[in-house]
Amino acid sequence: MRRRLIALLSFLLVFSVVLAGCSEKEAKVTKSRLEVIKERGKVVGGVNADIPGFGYVESDGSYSGMDVDITKAIAAAVFGDATAVEFRPLSAEERFIAVQTGEVDVLARNTTLTTSRDASVGLAFAPVTFYDGQGMIVRKDSGIESLEDLEGARISVESGTTTELNLADQMRKLGISYEPVVFDSQDAAVAAYEQGSVDAYTTDRSALVSRRTTLSVPDDHVILSEVISKEPLAPSVKDGDSKWQGVVTWTVYTLIQAEEYGITQDNVDTFLDSEDPEIRRFLGVEGDLGEQLGLPKDFAVQVIKAVGNYGEVYNRHLGPDTIFDLERGLNSLWTEGGLHYSPPFR
Amino acid sequence: MKKHSTLMTTPFWRDKRVIPLLLQAIFAMIVILIGTIFLLNAVESMRQIGISFGYDFLSKMAQFDIGDKIVSFSSTDTYGKAFFVGILNTIRVAFIGIIFATILGFIVGVARLSNNWLARSVASVYVEVFRNTPLLVQIFIWFYAVFLSFPTIEKSLNSFGLFFFSNRGTVIPWFELTSSSFVWFLFLIAGLILSVIVWKIKLNQQVETGQNKYPFFWSIGSFISSLAIAWLITFELPLLLSIPEIVGRGFVGGYTIGPGFCALLVALVMYTASYIAEIVRGGILAVSKGQVEAAKALGLKSSTILRLIILPQAIRIIIPPLTSQYLNLIKNSSLAAAVAYPEIFGVGITILSQTGKSVEVISIVILVYLSMSLLTSLLMNIFNKYSQLVER
Amino acid sequence: MDKNKLLTKKPQKSPYHPSTGTLDWLKKNLFSSWLNTILTFVFATIITFIGIGSVKWIFLTANWHVISANFRLLIVGQYPIAELWRVWICLTLVSFLIGLSWGLWKGTMGHLTIAVTSMYFIVGCLPFILMETRIWLLINIAVIGATYAVGKKWSKLKKSTLIGWFLMFPITIFLLNGFGVLNHVGSNLWGGFLLTLLIAIVAIVFSFPIGLLLALGRRSKLPIVRWFSIGYIELIRGVPLITILFVAQLMLPLFLGNGIDIDNVFRAMVGFTLFTAAYLAENIRGGLQSIPRGQFEAAEALGLNTTIKMTFIILPQALRAVIPAMVGSFIGIFKDTSLVAIVGLTDLLGMGKNIISNPEFLGTQMEVFIFVALVFLIFCNLMSYASRRIEQSLGVGKR
Repeated sequence: MRRRLIALLSFLLVFSVVLAGCSEKEAKVTKSRLEVIKERGKVVGGVNADIPGFGYVESDGSYSGMDVDITKAIAAAVFGDATAVEFRPLSAEERFIAVQTGEVDVLARNTTLTTSRDASVGLAFAPVTFYDGQGMIVRKDSGIESLEDLEGARISVESGTTTELNLADQMRKLGISYEPVVFDSQDAAVAAYEQGSVDAYTTDRSALVSRRTTLSVPDDHVILSEVISKEPLAPSVKDGDSKWQGVVTWTVYTLIQAEEYGITQDNVDTFLDSEDPEIRRFLGVEGDLGEQLGLPKDFAVQVIKAVGNYGEVYNRHLGPDTIFDLERGLNSLWTEGGLHYSPPFR
Repeated sequence: MKKHSTLMTTPFWRDKRVIPLLLQAIFAMIVILIGTIFLLNAVESMRQIGISFGYDFLSKMAQFDIGDKIVSFSSTDTYGKAFFVGILNTIRVAFIGIIFATILGFIVGVARLSNNWLARSVASVYVEVFRNTPLLVQIFIWFYAVFLSFPTIEKSLNSFGLFFFSNRGTVIPWFELTSSSFVWFLFLIAGLILSVIVWKIKLNQQVETGQNKYPFFWSIGSFISSLAIAWLITFELPLLLSIPEIVGRGFVGGYTIGPGFCALLVALVMYTASYIAEIVRGGILAVSKGQVEAAKALGLKSSTILRLIILPQAIRIIIPPLTSQYLNLIKNSSLAAAVAYPEIFGVGITILSQTGKSVEVISIVILVYLSMSLLTSLLMNIFNKYSQLVER
Repeated sequence: MDKNKLLTKKPQKSPYHPSTGTLDWLKKNLFSSWLNTILTFVFATIITFIGIGSVKWIFLTANWHVISANFRLLIVGQYPIAELWRVWICLTLVSFLIGLSWGLWKGTMGHLTIAVTSMYFIVGCLPFILMETRIWLLINIAVIGATYAVGKKWSKLKKSTLIGWFLMFPITIFLLNGFGVLNHVGSNLWGGFLLTLLIAIVAIVFSFPIGLLLALGRRSKLPIVRWFSIGYIELIRGVPLITILFVAQLMLPLFLGNGIDIDNVFRAMVGFTLFTAAYLAENIRGGLQSIPRGQFEAAEALGLNTTIKMTFIILPQALRAVIPAMVGSFIGIFKDTSLVAIVGLTDLLGMGKNIISNPEFLGTQMEVFIFVALVFLIFCNLMSYASRRIEQSLGVGKR
């Protein structure tokens, strides 16, 4: 009996020590995510694993896509090493919680920037990396030429997305009755469409374009010209951490600014001796912009060396040499009639 | 350990009455402590993220649509109603699934004991294959391989112009209520009760007199005559048959069962039936051979032996494991999200991602499943008690 | 179909009926009555129909390139190629123990070993397998053979082999992760069938002690402990596994606060362990209930205290009685690991889903899912075969 009592007491002791340890841990929580990342030695990025062109798994097991490159760029900015990154494939439903709970440092998973996500979901968005709009794909022989023709149609959509909500809004506005078929992955939604189980499939137009090329006979399908909604896709971080948000924000701007200056992956070293003070500041040859952000001085050089400028990233995954061959359109630089514009680096 | 009488000299920590109390107090303290830490952490993290806790979102507008539903729902309805639609969909698939899984399970279970080698082997291969692959994989295979590769609506298969099979759903003829449905329903119930009473009376007479009084024909006769009265009163059939037709892109009339629902239902039925088959086989094998032989020696018919000797005894063994299979089926219906069937879990996840209210939504989903499980066990327990009483 | 006839036919069979030839056998087993003949034709038609369909699909329609090109991903996920030797060493250690156990215990172990060896052989013969893989598989087969001979000779090794099996788990985790000694390979890179196995093994290993405590707690005389155990067991058993996985994935980080950073593979393992523990507790409770009162009373009469009574008298008997049921639960858990695909982990099924989205392999759902189903089918069948053999050798099924 006594032995048991001693055992019990010692257990209680250990337990209280553990508790004390826990509470101490809690006390020093408030440091920036950037510090945590630097200690950990890698960036954890939440990405998509089933959207060709934006995020998917290659046969050799590596992740590939535009969102993946954005994450790599962030790792390059922090560590000078684009491989210091760990990818977490996330479904549409779990992505926000993964950011909220700090499971991922940054979410680059074609996520639309919206008011409520900014305000009540607890996300803080970086600049838009891809301007998109929601579209609808249908069969050519179905006789559907506009949204009004979709009366009574079955439409497949991915659950937990703005797409799902926009579809409901638009159809309500037009007074059209339809049957939504909600899947938990884009792949399943497309499969149902291709087999003819549904009449139409709706998602971001960029994804529609990339998906259309992978259908068995792409020419049998047509993307309706109507744009249902604006879908600016942007990386996001947990709200309330301006330092880390700054890093992500300015990494994205670095990609855009580099394209504006014409700095590419191959020629970045030649710019290091540039006379232009703006470029010298941008590349960290002079000034301390990097330090102000809590990054190495030459973070921009590292980013460009790792993934290239915005145009290179775009062309690598969606450009003319890929099967998607997606027009730049809104995603051109502001100098070429697009929307991408970086604030000055100074 | 020696037994001490609880004298005043016994130190309190050896007191037989104090120790359990002390242990429990410590245990309770630990549980409460861990619980509190978890709760405080959750509150703190939610405060940091800036999301508030509360169930008031249930009365807000849902803004999304639900495809497969029994009651009407549109994007202007509330989140609360969306949950309700999900619950109904879960009940629908679980209820139909339980019925079919039981039927198929009994057939396969009996087939495994058949003396036909082919039937026996097919049944055991079926059981081995379906028990030993994950249900989720089975659902995917049913959905992609079977229901999505049905012909498109233009080329849909139809049998006798009544049933249509296409990859946007299977359509069967369905009934529509008419003005006289209610009267017919009343007479149907009355006829059923009457036929049971007549059967009992005639059976009693038969037992008493020893002559064959044809209780079966008497009861059928009284049932039919009550329906005949209903016909005389209403001069109308109780239900109208609504036969499906293809109009444009969809079906009109009949009852459409979506491919997601089909895939989920078939997968659940096939999977659960493979377990039920084993339970049934075990139950029947557990009835001792002597019982059957004794019944035979008494000269009972084989159908009577099955009905009165084997089944009542087998059922007693079968019911408890059968209950847990039913519960499993209900819980497994949560895998529907993979095939776009909006049951409670799927709807819950949609709401969760639209509102960010993870704790609230998950708690509601858990509550729904718990009450459904409890209800099912309650019903089965009542049935179990009933079957046990009959036996003794 | 008339059930009654089928049922009652059995006892009617004459007890002594030597079959003399194929024709006799056919007559007895397929055409013994008109009903049986109809049944036979119905089933034969169905089998032919399904058979022709599947053969056509397997050899003509299916595009098996998706499996061969992604074989490594499906089996070990994104585990770095440079570190793959660690996985191979784990496998070789397992082969070592399997061979040794075969030599020591023979019987069921022998059947399992032959199954494993033939699996190695078949995989080695697949046309798309790399030379390196073939060599490793060959080494594994050789190891099994060698250790079999060793085990056969030295029967004293039984104890050390058992210890070896227990040590296998920490060694595997150490080798796979590295823990700073070897290069660190994070659990986010564990995937495919490797991850499936790991989650199942972790759940089984850790849920056992928790389940045992819960079972004892449920039968405890202390009301608070008892009510807690009942509440826990019934809560977990009342909800679907997927909700528990979601709670583990989404809410565990909330509950643990910001200071503690655990990754999603670990969280899935926690979820599975908590889930399995409740089911295991019910299995063990069944075993405890099957122990006659006399055993308890006899132990108390001898003056044994509760701990000794439980550890040496009751539990050994109770656990022995529930081994088949526990193996049943383990098979269930093994199958259920496929659910982690829904919460975004890349286990065998999750990896399959990812591969399908690769633009190169779109539209190959069937091939991938059939492959996944086949892998599960083989392993679950092996496990249930083993459990049946254990059941027979323990004689518990006979009671």
